[in-house]
Order: sequence, then structure tokens, then C-alpha cells
Amino acid sequence: MILFCVYLLLYGGFVFLNAFAPSTMETLPFAGVNLAILYGFGLIIAALILALIYGHICRSTDDANSEEVQS
Amino acid sequence: MIYEPSVVAIVIFFLFVGLTLGISFYLGNKAKSSAGYFAAHGQIPWFVNGVAFAGDYLSAASFLGICGMIAFYGYDGFLYSIGYLAGWIVALFVIAEPMKRLGKFTFADALDANFQSRGIKMAAGISTLAVSIFYLIPQMVGAGVLVQPLLGFEHWHGVLLVGATVIVIVVTAGMVSTTWVQFLKGSLLVVFSAILTIMILSRGFEVQSGGNDGHAFKTLGPFDAKTPVEFDAQIKAQTDYEAIVPKGEWEDFEFVRLSDSEGIVSVWSTQETDDGVLLLEAQSRTKTTDGKVLVNGRPLGKEKGEPELHPVGHISKLPGGESETGSVGPLEFFRTLQDSEIVLWRSKVIKETDGGTTTVYYQKSTPGNEILRPGEHPRFAGIRSDDPIKKLNFLSLMLALFCGTASLPHILIRYYTVKDEASARKSTIVGIASIGFFYVLTLYLGLGAMTSGALDVTTSNMAAPLLARSMEEWLFAAISAIAFTTVLGTVSGLILASAGAVTHDLMANFMGIEMDDATKVRYAKFASVVVGGIAIVLGILFRELNVSYLVGWAFSVAASANLPSLVMLLFWKGTTKQGIIAAVVVGMTSSLAWILLSGDTFDKVYGLPAESSFVPFSQPGIVTIPLGFLTLIVVSLMTKSNESAS
Repeated sequence: MILFCVYLLLYGGFVFLNAFAPSTMETLPFAGVNLAILYGFGLIIAALILALIYGHICRSTDDANSEEVQS
Repeated sequence: MIYEPSVVAIVIFFLFVGLTLGISFYLGNKAKSSAGYFAAHGQIPWFVNGVAFAGDYLSAASFLGICGMIAFYGYDGFLYSIGYLAGWIVALFVIAEPMKRLGKFTFADALDANFQSRGIKMAAGISTLAVSIFYLIPQMVGAGVLVQPLLGFEHWHGVLLVGATVIVIVVTAGMVSTTWVQFLKGSLLVVFSAILTIMILSRGFEVQSGGNDGHAFKTLGPFDAKTPVEFDAQIKAQTDYEAIVPKGEWEDFEFVRLSDSEGIVSVWSTQETDDGVLLLEAQSRTKTTDGKVLVNGRPLGKEKGEPELHPVGHISKLPGGESETGSVGPLEFFRTLQDSEIVLWRSKVIKETDGGTTTVYYQKSTPGNEILRPGEHPRFAGIRSDDPIKKLNFLSLMLALFCGTASLPHILIRYYTVKDEASARKSTIVGIASIGFFYVLTLYLGLGAMTSGALDVTTSNMAAPLLARSMEEWLFAAISAIAFTTVLGTVSGLILASAGAVTHDLMANFMGIEMDDATKVRYAKFASVVVGGIAIVLGILFRELNVSYLVGWAFSVAASANLPSLVMLLFWKGTTKQGIIAAVVVGMTSSLAWILLSGDTFDKVYGLPAESSFVPFSQPGIVTIPLGFLTLIVVSLMTKSNESAS
């Protein structure tokens, strides 16, 4: 749930920035590539990272559960 | 454009499609019971299911629509990519495991698990059907678009071909083969897109003056005339053309028509400069009252080499005045484009005084930094204005994309094809990884197509396959075949979902018809044929619209109808069955009504002016999703006290 909120914030930030301050999307913060592209790629990578973290957390709880059952 | 089918392309294409069908027949034989037909016995390995998610999801819309939109308008298409992917986060964190715990075959089963209500089954069944059909439209449109250049068919042939093939697949096979087919296509699509991206990067950019048919677009002028009479005189003196006196609607636009020594009429767009007016060569397509088609003033040809619209998409200026860059790195790609100038094409429809219509496609030279920012597409241009309603339209679309994924029926049924919750989770993660990777590639593919000189001005949906053609003929065939089979797979998944809804939810549970397994499968197959037929008709009707825009609508309907009840059921104990029914019905009808009354539908489907529509903006999501939630809560609270009293 926390992970979901993190992503909601990131995505919300992106959407609102686009809607209400589109010109900030044109700035070039890094390597001559504009913010719109960096943020976009960032969102996709963030989704994957969060998904992996989630998978990891769930796996450790799964393991814990199965150990309890065994013992 | 005239598309000439090549033998290599056709052979590769049929090899692909044949292989896919073969696999589905082979595997389909194994699935005979209804559990096997609808949910593959829950025996699909999680990794395969994960890639199959990608195969299901990366439909014609993602591949053709997004690439096309990026190729014509730059960054805006990528907003769809981001929204689609973000939706998966909702699916993973909120929906995946509870769904698996509750359900059996369909979305309605999941909603109904705690209530045993026929009303819920009916409402959910109908909404599944509505969403599926809405989602089927863009797939069919995309299929028609694909077949056109490859086999030289008309658009409606393609739609018919897909419809028929899919019906055959669904009737003979079921979820097992659909899943394996999706797995194959999902992986092929990602791999080939990666190959294409590498080729784009290694080709780099090159300054050109026209598309890849060798036609260089001309520029005339500047002319410093002050009056129309003076202007006509200058044209006559300085060029081989003679100006035509504007009549009717031509007077209202910034276009100039000239006729050459043979009397062939050409259209030019004007550009003001300090030295006077420049004339830029435009392209035109005229439909005369007696049904003839003229392109650029000449009758449209039937074979290559005869008159047709020129392919477009070129860079007119590279940074530092270079003429070509050689190969570029993945970030250098954007950096170079940022400082270049690219010629995009826009169109305008003009009514002739004699009743014919002319579509003018004219050049719009655009600096790279404008292409790489949001807001270039007319639909998104609203975010650059001060009009709050237009901003709302954008927010609404992004919200629908975010919430829609987790409520698409053909994605939901895929949760039942794996054996437990952990597998459902793992396959979602695999899905996110492959889909995310693919969406990153779409930006390269789209921008690569923009500068490839191979675009067809009349349709944005063809950008990706045409890009592949500008590289290699076999690559074009492979990409088209993959895209085509992807359409087949997605469509069959959707038809399966609707067939499941009809037989399982509506007939078996709502009408209370007793059926054994074999009868159920038979009815499901019959339902598939009917749904397939409807999809074919709609696919032909909606051919004008960009497919990813249509998908945006499907997402809105899905999110409005299904998401509120699904989420509330999982997280709020106070939910009652009346609440769920009301939410599904209200969400579905309000979003459907909104779409049917919107300006875009008026404009593109009914042919009425967009201004006469009844709703202020086209994307319903931001109103109808909260409306669904609200209905559910209000009705639940109202009915709850009754239940506890009785």
C-alpha cells in the first residue's frame, strides 16, 4: 500500500506538471535531454523497481508462512 | 499511398500467421472442459503467463497507435505509454492477489463471491461485454490498417480477415492456446522492436528535402507583393506557374493554388518572412463529385510509379549545420533531435464550390524542442492554454489510463490461468518488465519513424510498419506479421472474455439455464461468433480514428464500470450487493453516454460539427470514475440499514 502511494505521488506529479506547468517540461536538467523524457523514462523504471521490491517483500512473508507451517 | 505487396513480405507474413494458428489448433485439442476452455485449468507457468500479459496488453493500439502518434506529433503519444504502464501498478498492488483468491472464471464471479446475487452477475456480465466490444474496435481498425500495405488489400478486407480468423481460433481453441500464442507474440514483439531501435540508432539522422521516394518538396519565393494582383504578376514572372483565383472556402485559408504549364493544379502553403511570402509545396487529395480521386492535381494511380501522395517525414536542419550524424547513442538521439528542425505534416479539409472536397496536407517545420515536449497534438494542446476545461480533459484521460488497466476483462481473466497468488504476482512483475521495456522503445520507434521519410500522410497508424519498411523489406514483413498476430491474440482474448461473460454470467447464472460442461462450451463458441461479427462491423465504421485514442475510451469505460466495485469490494466491508450493481450500471452507462455525446464522436463518426456536442470535453474518466465510487458508497449505506434490520 505504501509502495502504491509512492507511485501515485510520482504519477500524479507527472500529470499535474504536464497540465499546469507544461513549460517546466522543456527544461534540460541532465545530458541535454529534457525533463519530459527523463521523467517519463523514470516513471517506467520506477514502476519496475517498485514491482520488484513488492515481489521481494511478499516472497519473504511467503517463506516465513511456509516455515511456520512446517515447524 | 499506393501499397505494392512484395512476395517476400507475403511469404513471411503467412508463415507467421500459419504457425500461430497451427500452435493454437494443436494446443486447443488439449482443452475440452469448460475450466480448460476459459481458464486453461489454472496450469500456465507464471513466466509464460507474464509474457502473455505483455502479449495481451501490447496490442495493435500500443504498437501502431502510439508509434503513429509520436511520429506525427512527437512526445504526446508517449503520454499514453506512461499511463498504460502506470495502470499496471494498480493491477499489481491492489487487484492481483485478491482477484485470484475470489474468482473462478470471470470478473463477475469475483464480484459475486460474497453475495450470490443474480443482479451482480448480470450487471458485471453486461459491463464486461461493453468494455470488450469497445476495446475490440481499435484492434479491428488496427488490423485493417496493417493488411493494407502488406497485401495490398482494402481496409475492410483486413477487418474481415481478422474477424474470421479470430472466430476460428476462439471456436477451435480456448485459453490454453490463446495464452501460448500470446507468449510467443509478446516475446517476438519486444525482440523485434529492440532490433528496430538499434537500427534506428545506428542509422542516425540525415538532412533531406523530402520523403524516401526521392521527391524533393519545393519552396518558391520570397514574394514581396503587397496586393493579390501584384502577387499574381510576380508568380507569373518568376516561376513556371500561374496563380489560380481563390473561390469558396479557399478564400478563408492560407493556401495558394497554382497551375503549371500543363494545367495541373498544385497547392502551396504560405509562410511569412522578412523578405516577403514563401510558398511551400503541399500535397492535396481531392474527391470530386463524380467519385474520382485526384492527388496533387493528377488522377490517383493504381500501381507504383503512377501519381500518388509522396511519403513524408524529414529533418530539414541538424544542429551545427551538419548534413548527417552517423550512428547515435540512446541519449544522444534525443539531444540531437532537440536542436534539429523537423518537417511535420498537418492536414485541412476544404469544401470545393462544386461539392467536392479537398484535403490539403501541408508542411509544418517544427523545432526539435517542441517535438520533445507535451502539448503538440491538438488534443493535448489544451494543457498549454489557460482553459481549465481542456486541462481537465487531459487529467481525465490520464486518470482513466491509470485506473483502466486493472479493470480490463481480458487482463483480469489472465489471473485465473496461473495456479496460485504468488504466481499471479510474479507474472505481473514479468509483465511490467517486458511492457515497460517496450514502452521505452516506442519513443525511439515513433521518433525514428518521424524522420524516416516513409510516413503516409493520410494515416498515422501505419508509422511503425512503414519505418520498418524503410529499413528492410523482410523486417517490415516480420513486424507486420507480429503486429497482425498480436491483433489476433488480443481480439481472441477479448472475445473469450465476452463469451465467458455471456454464457457463464448471463445465461448460466442470471437466467438460471442449467448446462453441462459441453453445452456451456458450445454456447460460449456461439457467443464468440456473434461478438466477433459485431466487432467486424464496428471496426469498419471507426476506421478514421487513431487507434490509441479509441483505446483511451475503452479504458475510460472499463475504469468507470469495473474499478469502483472491485476496489470497494476488496477494501470496504460495508459494500452491499445493491451498491455494486448500482455502481457498475451507473459507471458504465454514464461513461458510454459521455463518449457517444462527445465532440470527437460527433466530428469523426456522425460527421457533425464538434461544437454541437452536449458535453464539455471528450474524456469521461474524471467525472465517471468518482461517480461510480460515490454511487457505490451511497447505495451501500442506504441498503445496509435495511439488511441489518431484517
